[in-house]
Amino acid sequence: MMQIKKGIPFIDQHNKEYLYGGKFGGNFIPETLKKPIDDLTKLFSKLRKNKNFLKERDYYFKNYIGSPTPFIKLENLTKHVGGAQIYAKVVSEANGGAHKIYNATVHCLIAKKAGKKFIVGDTGAGYAGKMLSMAAKKFNLKCKIFMGAKDIKRQRPNVEAMKKNGAVIVPVKTGSQTLVDAVSECMRYWVSNCDTTHMCVGSTVGPNIFVKICAWSTSQISRELIVQLKEEFGKIPKKIKLINCVGGGSSAMGFWNEFIDTDAEFYGVEAGGPKKSKLHAAPLSNGSKIGILHGAAQYVVQDKEGQIGSTESISAGLDYPGISPLHCFLKDTKRAIYTSVNDEEALNAYRLVSKLENISPSLEPSHAFAEAIKFAPKLKRSDVIVVNSCGDSLKDKDIIKSRLGYYIR
Amino acid sequence: MKSKISLAFKNCKKENRTALITYTVAGDNTKNNSLKILKAISKHADILELGFPHNTPIADGGQIQESSYRALKNGIKLEDVFQIVKRFKNIQPNKPLILMGYFNLIYQHGEDNFLKNCKKSGVDGLIIVDLPWPENKKFARKCKKKSINFIQLISPTTSHNRMKKIVRDSHDMIYYISMLSTTGGKLKVSPRKILKNYNKIKKINSKKNLVIGFGITNKTINSLKSANGLVVGSMLCKTISNSLKKGQNPVTKLDKVVYNLKNKIL
Repeated sequence: MMQIKKGIPFIDQHNKEYLYGGKFGGNFIPETLKKPIDDLTKLFSKLRKNKNFLKERDYYFKNYIGSPTPFIKLENLTKHVGGAQIYAKVVSEANGGAHKIYNATVHCLIAKKAGKKFIVGDTGAGYAGKMLSMAAKKFNLKCKIFMGAKDIKRQRPNVEAMKKNGAVIVPVKTGSQTLVDAVSECMRYWVSNCDTTHMCVGSTVGPNIFVKICAWSTSQISRELIVQLKEEFGKIPKKIKLINCVGGGSSAMGFWNEFIDTDAEFYGVEAGGPKKSKLHAAPLSNGSKIGILHGAAQYVVQDKEGQIGSTESISAGLDYPGISPLHCFLKDTKRAIYTSVNDEEALNAYRLVSKLENISPSLEPSHAFAEAIKFAPKLKRSDVIVVNSCGDSLKDKDIIKSRLGYYIR
Repeated sequence: MKSKISLAFKNCKKENRTALITYTVAGDNTKNNSLKILKAISKHADILELGFPHNTPIADGGQIQESSYRALKNGIKLEDVFQIVKRFKNIQPNKPLILMGYFNLIYQHGEDNFLKNCKKSGVDGLIIVDLPWPENKKFARKCKKKSINFIQLISPTTSHNRMKKIVRDSHDMIYYISMLSTTGGKLKVSPRKILKNYNKIKKINSKKNLVIGFGITNKTINSLKSANGLVVGSMLCKTISNSLKKGQNPVTKLDKVVYNLKNKIL
């Protein structure tokens, strides 16, 4: 039976072939990328043990990203919804407005150590791209961002930010013109330029090393939360429920990583897409089969033949047919529970939280809030829910306005 | 018994020339036309590679992507790919045919089932772009058992040590990727440098048939003709795209292009 081992970092629980639970992840890559991935794997395993590197990371997390991000009680939402106490980890307060800054910063630090002068990355919602362009500017690296043409249109504010940071944005016009195509095109670019260029995959997806680096970086969120919980409650509350949206799964992995060996309960919320649509982006909660996408085996939206399926979601950041191998592993070991909420429920949650509280979650974490709003009334007052508010709604202003007729923040 | 792939190389060596290997996508631009194309170009080519298209091809450039999307849009399924191979092999049983594609399609089809269908239709070899060594060891062994060639890839980034292991585990043919690029990139490395790397691999085991691919067109093919074989793919896909745009018949067009390629290496 597939099992999570105690006392071993979760990201290291793979076999020799880099498969978690013997079947998720791995390195299904063209021969050309074998060596650059090998080099990066060796470099990262050295760096994560190096005290100076960790010091440097912590320095930038504190002084550049702004750690810790706030942990607050949502008094009004709790009162309004009833049941469990609802808290938020306001990761959107991090520099740049989302959790993607952790992965971007670490990748830039690694690129520097590897002696690379160029960095490329993919982006869906535009946050991964915005943060990478920010960090690249900070660390003096030339930056190129691959982004689906459809996403460029719907996430304009982040596109503007990338341009301001001096990044070159490459519009991807193949396939569905969203994140899945951006990741493919970015990998293709890396195949051709891996000798001079470092690649940053924007989430806990792709060949194993990228899954690892990303989860290792975003884990800062759970490290902070453990301290904050102890400050608030004196200890980690029993059976605390940690609710997070999952697209590629980077924020959820970071939100949960340090809690794996505790009795905290994990709820992952996938994008169900428009109410009546069959095009969802929910491979874990909608019964998708295991397949190979972007170099890793994972549950993935696909047809019988193995062609990757189209997805649709109001949130560009969750609009991805695959999911991190780490989440596949958490699902099959039953360590986490995955559900999905649809576009309308997410919009409603955005509206409610933005109206009642001082935070305004983007459409991605709004999926998690929607789940919390459904879930809390079924729980006792002594139960504690924490939602990772991992992005700010500002980037979704256009979409929200066109759907609701107004925008509040 | 020698494989058809080995025999093809043997024949070329006898004629003191490089083997011409073509790549086209099954179902491009229609199922029927892709079969007609195979028939036409097999008069000039020594080995045929046939792509089974995937909609997320991470190592292919624009030309092959366009061909793949076109074929998929026309509804090509793996079943049709095997059908095309079978019908081709009915006419040309001795012409080696290699299927090339991405692993997910095999994974969904089931490895054993896939190989059974390869065998039934007459496939001689397989190139799986995203199943590198050593991940491909188990599958390559399965292929060998079925007398299907699993073709290993080597790239400019492959270390010498790794090269030796890959050559050791290879079957009758090895594919050397000429440069750091997706398919269809412009040849950005000098032929002299490519051949230098090529010779490094040959030195490990000179008996293995080593072919070069990526960036090979009518303009570059002559400069590399000392190799055992040369693969032309994107240029052929581009020819199909262009002939469709101009309302020309892709079959006759491709026949001519491959004929000309052959003349360049004689």
